[in-house]
Amino acid sequence: MDVIETDIAIVGAGGAGLRAAIAAAEADPSLSVTLLSKVYPMRSHTVAAEGGAAGVAKAEDSLDHHFNDTVSGGDWLCDQDAVDFFVAQAPKELIRTEHWGCPWSRTPDGKVAVRPFGGMKIERTWYAADKTGFHLLHTLFQTSMKYPSVKRLDEVYTTDLLIEDGRIAGVLAHEIRSGKPMVILARSVIICTGGAGRVFPFTTNGAIKTGDGMAMAFRAGVPLKDMEFVQYHPTGLPGTGILISEAARGEGGILVNKDGYRYLQDYGMGPPDPWPRKKAMELGPRDRLSQAFWQEQQKGRCIDSKWGDVMHLDLRHLGEAKIAERLPFIRDLALSYVGVDVVNAPIPVRPVVHYTMGGIHTDITAGTPVPGLYAAGECACVSINGANRLGSNSLTELLVFGAVAGRNAAAHARGVPMPSHTNALAQADGHRKRVVALLERSKGTESVVGLRTALNDTMETGCGIYRTEDSLRATVETLAVLKTRFANVAIDDKSGVYNTDLTGAIELGNMIEIGETMALSALQRTESRGSHQRLDHPARDDAAFLKHSMAHRVEGEAPRVEYRDVVITRSQPAERVYGGEAK
Amino acid sequence: MSRKPYEPTLPNTWWLEKPFYIRYMLREMTSFFVGAYVAILIVGLWQLSQGPDAWGSFLGVLSHPLSVIFHVLAFVFATFHTVTWFALTPRTTPIMRGDHFVPPGPIIGAQYVIWAAASIVVLAAVLW
Amino acid sequence: MSDTTTFTLEVLRYNPESDDVPHAESFSVPYQEDWVVLDALNWVKDNVDGSLTFRWSCHMAVCGSCGMMVNNEPVLSCKAFLRDYLKDGKGTITVGALKNFPVEKDLVIVMDSFMEKLEAVKPWIIRTTEKPVEEGTFIQLPKQLKRFKHHTSCINCLLCYAACPQVGLNPGFIGPAALALAHRYNLDSRDQGKDLRKDVTASEYGVWECTFVSACSEVCPKDVEPAGAIQEQKIESSIDWALDHLIPGRKAR
Ligand SMILES: Cc1cc2nc3c(=O)[nH]c(=O)nc-3n(C[C@H](O)[C@H](O)[C@H](O)COP(=O)(O)OP(=O)(O)OC[C@H]3O[C@@H](n4cnc5c(N)ncnc54)[C@H](O)[C@@H]3O)c2cc1C
Ligand code: SF4
Ligand code: FES
Repeated sequence: MDVIETDIAIVGAGGAGLRAAIAAAEADPSLSVTLLSKVYPMRSHTVAAEGGAAGVAKAEDSLDHHFNDTVSGGDWLCDQDAVDFFVAQAPKELIRTEHWGCPWSRTPDGKVAVRPFGGMKIERTWYAADKTGFHLLHTLFQTSMKYPSVKRLDEVYTTDLLIEDGRIAGVLAHEIRSGKPMVILARSVIICTGGAGRVFPFTTNGAIKTGDGMAMAFRAGVPLKDMEFVQYHPTGLPGTGILISEAARGEGGILVNKDGYRYLQDYGMGPPDPWPRKKAMELGPRDRLSQAFWQEQQKGRCIDSKWGDVMHLDLRHLGEAKIAERLPFIRDLALSYVGVDVVNAPIPVRPVVHYTMGGIHTDITAGTPVPGLYAAGECACVSINGANRLGSNSLTELLVFGAVAGRNAAAHARGVPMPSHTNALAQADGHRKRVVALLERSKGTESVVGLRTALNDTMETGCGIYRTEDSLRATVETLAVLKTRFANVAIDDKSGVYNTDLTGAIELGNMIEIGETMALSALQRTESRGSHQRLDHPARDDAAFLKHSMAHRVEGEAPRVEYRDVVITRSQPAERVYGGEAK
Repeated sequence: MSRKPYEPTLPNTWWLEKPFYIRYMLREMTSFFVGAYVAILIVGLWQLSQGPDAWGSFLGVLSHPLSVIFHVLAFVFATFHTVTWFALTPRTTPIMRGDHFVPPGPIIGAQYVIWAAASIVVLAAVLW
Repeated sequence: MSDTTTFTLEVLRYNPESDDVPHAESFSVPYQEDWVVLDALNWVKDNVDGSLTFRWSCHMAVCGSCGMMVNNEPVLSCKAFLRDYLKDGKGTITVGALKNFPVEKDLVIVMDSFMEKLEAVKPWIIRTTEKPVEEGTFIQLPKQLKRFKHHTSCINCLLCYAACPQVGLNPGFIGPAALALAHRYNLDSRDQGKDLRKDVTASEYGVWECTFVSACSEVCPKDVEPAGAIQEQKIESSIDWALDHLIPGRKAR
């Protein structure tokens, strides 16, 4: 097996991974940085982010406001020391991307423009039209090329972490185009593999968001934190799940039901006027808006479309000029994928799985419990997002904590020796057997697509916007069965070159494990908080559950869920208030 | 278990594959006629400098039917060449006014206006 | 929404472990009005042959992975709707790997050359002195942004490379997307690196390889206008050349 030695290995070249690579290279140019990604960096799903990135920019705004919006938006499940650090770093990180050339939209006098997002007291979302993630990713990627110490391994698929005496030793991967396995020996490893939305059938997440890094860390003994919190975005296009950014509502778009009525006023978000207004109506937080859709659906007030129940997102009153300047991509997407020109007609939308708040357990240093192992971006849970992420905090999070991870991984790498070859190779051989088994199994009784469909179905029916004890129990049971069925999965493609059938199967295995942590953590959290809504336990229960759930892997069994206190520094849990009463 | 990328080659007939490429080749081909016409013009000027006899025989050659056919063809192709280039100008020289680009229409139109004006000046000079 | 119509995909397949040249294989897929070519390919992969190989991720025309030749035109397969290829209730399309690139397997191309070209044009902000973060952002007026904004929209889908005969004839040609990106940075009011990029953009592999076919701009799904970016650089390069010869010592600067 090929062995590559590097000081810092970064798995994932999306926004978080690229930011980490740049930070590590800047912290110490003499350290070698190896950036692995299963797709070319610019294909990473950060590219799909539309609306913007939050960071205090206006004189009337403050770090405190950003803090408070984030903590209440997260239903007080955020670690407040991390949030404080995050809001303070946010503007600096965003300025840096501006210096690197990100084409942020501007005010007439040439300053960076900001727009409001849901749950936000004062507008602080920096945007590059409605292709913010795309511009941010390409800016980071192009900037990363100027650092000679950063070496990329594009289209290299990582399957496992290697551990030596309880500390990180590297990763096992294979080059997709040749199938060749390789061991990357590293003093520090940073996981930046993004979210796991593909566990669900209907999602804004691209095909690559299969939670690989979470599963790798989980298998290596790192707990997954707050996995039950999965964000539904209220406005996805029916059929494809393509996102219609919150920016559409930030710019003044409204949501109406089949009677043309702005139904959000019935769910504590009103009154509807004046509009637009911060923290009210369509600019409420995502969890509340998605839940309102479900409630309306129960009452039969959705619009019946060829794609099933939808609501209408109406932008017509914004006018063509504003739409062309601020929301050109939205217009293009709606026209292409649902045949609607937003200038003349409302867009059909419905809630869609969007973001995993939970992830690899990290602290404010981006470190995990395994020395030398760091995680940042959507795959990690610091936690600044708590029970519901505030729109536009995630792009900023991957900058802030990507940079932290890069710097700390560099510092760690300077202080430890290179792990031993023999140890790592022996471990790699063990892990590699799983991959080889998939390639060699010829008489499998299960197909990747069959199991994936079963996984998607059970997650949606049992672990969706609203959950119950029964639904979750059924899902947990189904997942246990899927885990055993996965042992019999066989693939068509046995070749070494560019085998996407193989990577698809490995991803499926990862997703089943991730799904199980989600459903099990949800089952055990007998309260409702943020995006986790239990019909059988509708109230928030701070006495019992102002805690992070920590799912630990247990070989051959269901995961074990433990709890960990939330860090509260200066904001005591209170009721989340939106609409007329919001301050 | 190893890589063996297939290396395709571009056939010589690539430009016959699509009307778009054919139009491009046509535009490139017209350069030959434009070039030839310019060469003839230069020869004419040189003949003129050699005295009336030389100039006279040059004019004689010009009035040959083959030469007339060539000039008609050259005119058609030069026009085609000009029109295609005019259409491409907005791409080569975008012009900004205030915060916006001038749309292609006016840029293309302006070139026709200049063309017409130049032609009138030349015609006027010749007729006088 | 779905009806009984079937749709035929003639896919040019290439398996490096058993083939020497690509060959066509035909698949029938159930026609769905909402489907794009990528959906049909995924249906084949899930239901007929799991070894069919292609790249994709976002399914929303922004990651740039899924470029292919459909009926010999380079397109994003996640934005090419089957319904647009339907004639008299029937549909057959050919699907192949992007032209002008080596084929790794089926619809997957080898794009190493492009990654090298991208890096060669130094696509990052170059400044003589860095601005400290404490000083805040640069001032960039909307019209300064507008000047280059369209050239920033490139998703690296490589449709333009597949459309460009000059790329096919001269594989070293830096090509449309990378040259447009160089121009994008040159035009950015925050950048000071134009002279450094000229070593590549005005080299024998740079803008002068372009004969202004302008097929790149025709096929570009993001209106990046690479053809324009190249012509503008040619004009600049010519002026530069002339000035270098007119003003003694200018070039040495
Ligand atoms: C449609 C959409 C719109 C959004 N809009 C916004 C917004 O407006 N504002 C906001 O703040 N947030 C937004 N988000 C959320 C935000 O974009 C994401 O959370 C964030 O981009 C994740 O970045 P990342 O770097 O963590 O992961 P990604 O960008 O997903 O990158 C993951 C990387 O890991 C690599 N990888 C994964 N698995 C492996 C493996 N096994 N081996 C090797 N490499 C691997 C991938 O190749 C990729 O490079 C949006 C999300 C979506 C889906
Ligand atoms: S310039 Fe256009 S066609 Fe070429 S790679 Fe970029 S987006 Fe694709
Ligand atoms: S799948 Fe991303 S561009 Fe088509």
